[in-house]
Parts: sequence; structure tokens; C-alpha cells
Amino acid sequence: MMGAPSAIADAAWPRAVDPPGHAPGGLAVDIRGLSKAFGERTILAGVDLEIRRGEFVVLLGTSGTGKTTLLRILAGLESAEQGVVLVPKVRTTVYQEPRLVPSLRVAANVTIGQRRSEATRQAALKALAEVGLTGHARAWPATLSGGEAQRVALARALVREPELLLLDEPFAALDALTRLQMQDLVGELFVAHQPAVLLVTHDVDEAIRLAHRVLVLRGGRFAVDLRIEAPFPRDRNAPAFLEHRRRLLSELGVAAH
Amino acid sequence: MSATPASNAVPDLAAFSLRPEMPISAAANATAAADCCQSSTLEKPEYLGTRPRSRRKSLLVRIAVPAALLAGWWYGATTGRISSSVLASPGDVLRALVELQQGGELTEFLLASLSRAALGVSLGVGVGLLLGVTAGLTALGEELVDPTMQMLRAVPFLALVPLMISWFGIDERFKIVLIATASTFPMYAYAYLGVRGVDRKLLEAAQGFGLRGWRLVVTVILPGALPHLLMALRICMAISVVGLIAAEQVGTTKGIGYLVLLAKQYYRQDYMVLCIILYATLGLLYDGIIRVLERVLMPWRRPGAVR
Repeated sequence: MMGAPSAIADAAWPRAVDPPGHAPGGLAVDIRGLSKAFGERTILAGVDLEIRRGEFVVLLGTSGTGKTTLLRILAGLESAEQGVVLVPKVRTTVYQEPRLVPSLRVAANVTIGQRRSEATRQAALKALAEVGLTGHARAWPATLSGGEAQRVALARALVREPELLLLDEPFAALDALTRLQMQDLVGELFVAHQPAVLLVTHDVDEAIRLAHRVLVLRGGRFAVDLRIEAPFPRDRNAPAFLEHRRRLLSELGVAAH
Repeated sequence: MSATPASNAVPDLAAFSLRPEMPISAAANATAAADCCQSSTLEKPEYLGTRPRSRRKSLLVRIAVPAALLAGWWYGATTGRISSSVLASPGDVLRALVELQQGGELTEFLLASLSRAALGVSLGVGVGLLLGVTAGLTALGEELVDPTMQMLRAVPFLALVPLMISWFGIDERFKIVLIATASTFPMYAYAYLGVRGVDRKLLEAAQGFGLRGWRLVVTVILPGALPHLLMALRICMAISVVGLIAAEQVGTTKGIGYLVLLAKQYYRQDYMVLCIILYATLGLLYDGIIRVLERVLMPWRRPGAVR
């Protein structure tokens, strides 16, 4: 079990323990003793995890360590073999691929699965404005660039005002510059909407840039639960940032230079 | 690396590249290439992509082969190299066409056949689509529907003619049911394939955002399967012509199938060839219909909608 997450000092980041707009101390994710195996291979071996409301948690790990499996269990896309998994009612996912329906225009993709009304249409346009795609509401997904499509996916996830936002390597397929812009965008949107976030990534810098807490999954368990209390936006050259990076890279089995 | 071929920009690498025992690295290769190119000439890269083609040229090439066939037929008939007992001359066929047109039979026959085909294909496509989507969507549906459909699919529908006549008589009902039966199976097979082929990841995402049941089918699955469904429609339309010939042999005095019967009974070579030309024209018409449907039903695949 994890201890209570500590507060983040900076005003731009909501305090993890008591984010405004949510019940103080409420949990967004409660996992106890979660196990999952694919055939002979044990992916998750009795994992415990609590994520507070309004807390940004990043899950790091090398390939095949079960990061995505854990996220997919929270999204209801994989079954839990053993253990208790509790999540809030409204939860949305952004995947590595945009996964937009090609036969629906951008605005209709954002409101997919919702009742058609003027209110949802307005909400879609607002969400598109938030991700900087106001002019693309009537565009077909095939006309968007990779970064634009992923921003639509982000708008689609946020328009429902999720209590839990699951991000499954959402920037992995983007070019390096777009990735940095998307990280900033996710940071801004997080401050505006304050869902609990679980972000799965390979990117150590991305983790340190965005997270209240960084978890490293290794051997079916969390090997690291690192709290990052630096203000936001975080200086990539700050000694603390470099120190976190060195620590996380060595936990991932990569020598940091 | 700098684009200038001057080796003094990277003196150390240039020196290394002269040594044969050095491992070949990209940098060393580039330097070596830069060295060599001072003596050899540069050339424009050969363009390997597709070039835009003029529409007129494309249309001309499309028409060329049918036009050549027609010209050969005409030439053979007028020079007497093709006997009129083997193949009626274009003039004869044209006369037959004018004769039927003036008597009003041509329009009547075509309308009768097209309405039978339209009714039969609509019915068959509806049933095939329903069964195909059912089998494609769920394991239960597949278990219930697929084995039977695979068995029935192996039965040539023309073998059902006698049975259908005994069930439905020789009137319109029999004709429409025969064409419907013939077009059910291709639509079933393609609908099943199309539904199965819809991107799983897309389905997963759509379900995650609360899209379930028939809304999922209408919003994601059917549009995703649409290219397959249109392919099936092409095949159904082609099969309907076969069905027409079989169905219009009995119980009618109208239709292009009846025209075949007339040609056979009176040994009218000109009618026989005219029928072939009518079928070919129908083929063109069907192709046109599908092309229009593709544009109307899949606006997201139109040029301009794709990056």
C-alpha cells in the first residue's frame, strides 16, 4: 500500500490531497491485490494502488511490464484475475492512436456516444477550442495531422468531464516537437479540469514534467513510488529534475549520462 | 553533415576514410562519396512517384479496347470474313434495336427486367445484410447463422428453379424470390467479412465512450464495412442478370430474359447479339450506380477528404 500522497507546493497545480471541486481525500482509483497473467506469464502480481481525486500519476516501465495492462483493466478492457479494482463512474481514455471514427466529422467524434443536443454540440465546440482546433469541427478525421487527431482524442476524453482520465502512451506516436506541445497542453487541461490522471509512458522526462507521483512497474509490482513536488512548469535543467531523471532511468535499467 | 563536398570541413573524417581498415560508418561513407563526386557528375534523382494523368488520355485508353473489338466486328462483318450465321453484323443488330425500340418492346422489356432485378436485389441484400451483420457481430450469431449459410451458399441457385416454381408459381413472385435468393449469399458473405474487418481498436474506443447496441452498428460498424457492402452490391447486381435470364424463361412475355428466349426460338442471331450488348450496357449502368453510391455514401473517402 502507498502512503497518503503529499501536497504539491505550486499554486498552478492543484493540491493532490485536497483538490478543489472534489470531496477532500476522495479516491479516484482503489486497487487492492490485483493480479493478472497471460498464460504462464505473470504481468501483475498483487498490485496495490490508490490514486486521489485530482492527482496526476504517471506509470513508467519498460516494454512488457504490464503498464498498459493495468490501464486497460481500469478502462474495463481487460479482466482482473484477482483482487479488487474500483474506479469512478465517469472515466475516459486516450490511446496511443487517435482512434477517431473515420466516417464522423471531428465534432461528432468528440460527442460520440452522447445524446445529440445543442448542449452537447456546444460542449464539443468548447472542448475543441480548448485543444486549439476550433476551425476543424466539420473536418473529416482523415484530413488531420497526427498531432491534430490526438488533440481531438483529448477533446473527446475531456468533454465528458471525467473523474478519471486514462492516458495510454498518448504522445508515443507523435514527433518530438509535437510531443512537447502536447505535454504542455495536457498540463494546462489538467489544471482546468482536474480529473485524476493515470498516464502510461516510456518517456522519463514526460513523467517528471507532468506527474505528482511517478510509479515504476517492475516484476509485476511497483518498484518506485516517487513524489515530485516541484512547481510547474518544471525546469528541465533544475538539479532536482536531473536528479529525478537519473534515479528513474537507473530504476528502469538505463544508465543516465 | 554539411552539404558542401569540401573535405576541409571535416578533416579528421576525411583522413579516416582513406584508411581501408577503418570500419564503414555513415559519416565516413558520406565523406568518401563527397570525395568521389568531385570527379563524377551530379544527376537529378529519378522520380519514382506517380505522375498526374490527363483525364482525356485516361478516358481514351479506357475506351480503346472495347472500341477495337467493335471495329474488328464491324470490319469482319462488312468484308464477309465473319459469316452472318456465326455472328450477326452490327448493321443487323442496329436494325433489330431500332425495330424493338419502335415497337416499344425495348423500353417495356428493360423496365420489366430492371424492376424485377431491383425488387429481388433489394430483398436479397436486406436479408443478406441482416444475417451477415448478425453473424459478424456476435459469437452466438455466428454459431446460429454461419453453418447454414455456408451450406446453402454451395447450392447453385439455378438448381432451385423447379422447386421455386412449384412453391411460388411462374409469376412475378417466383422471379423476385429467385433473384433475392441469388443475391442474399454474396451480401451475406461480404457483410460478415466487412463487420469482422472493422478495426477492433476503434470498436473498443467507441464502446468505451458509451456507444452500444444498434447505435454502435449504425455509427461505427456499418460505415466501416461499407466498402465491402458496396462490393457485394456489385456482385448482386451482376448475379441478378443471370437470375433474370433463368426467371424470364417462363411465365412472362416481357423482359430481357424473354428476349433471349425469343432469339433462341426463332433463331434470331441479331437478337442474340443485341441481348449481349444490352447486358454489357447494364453492366456499365450498374458500375455507374455503384460509383455514385460510393461518392454519396462515403463522403469521408472523397478526394480532398483524405490527407
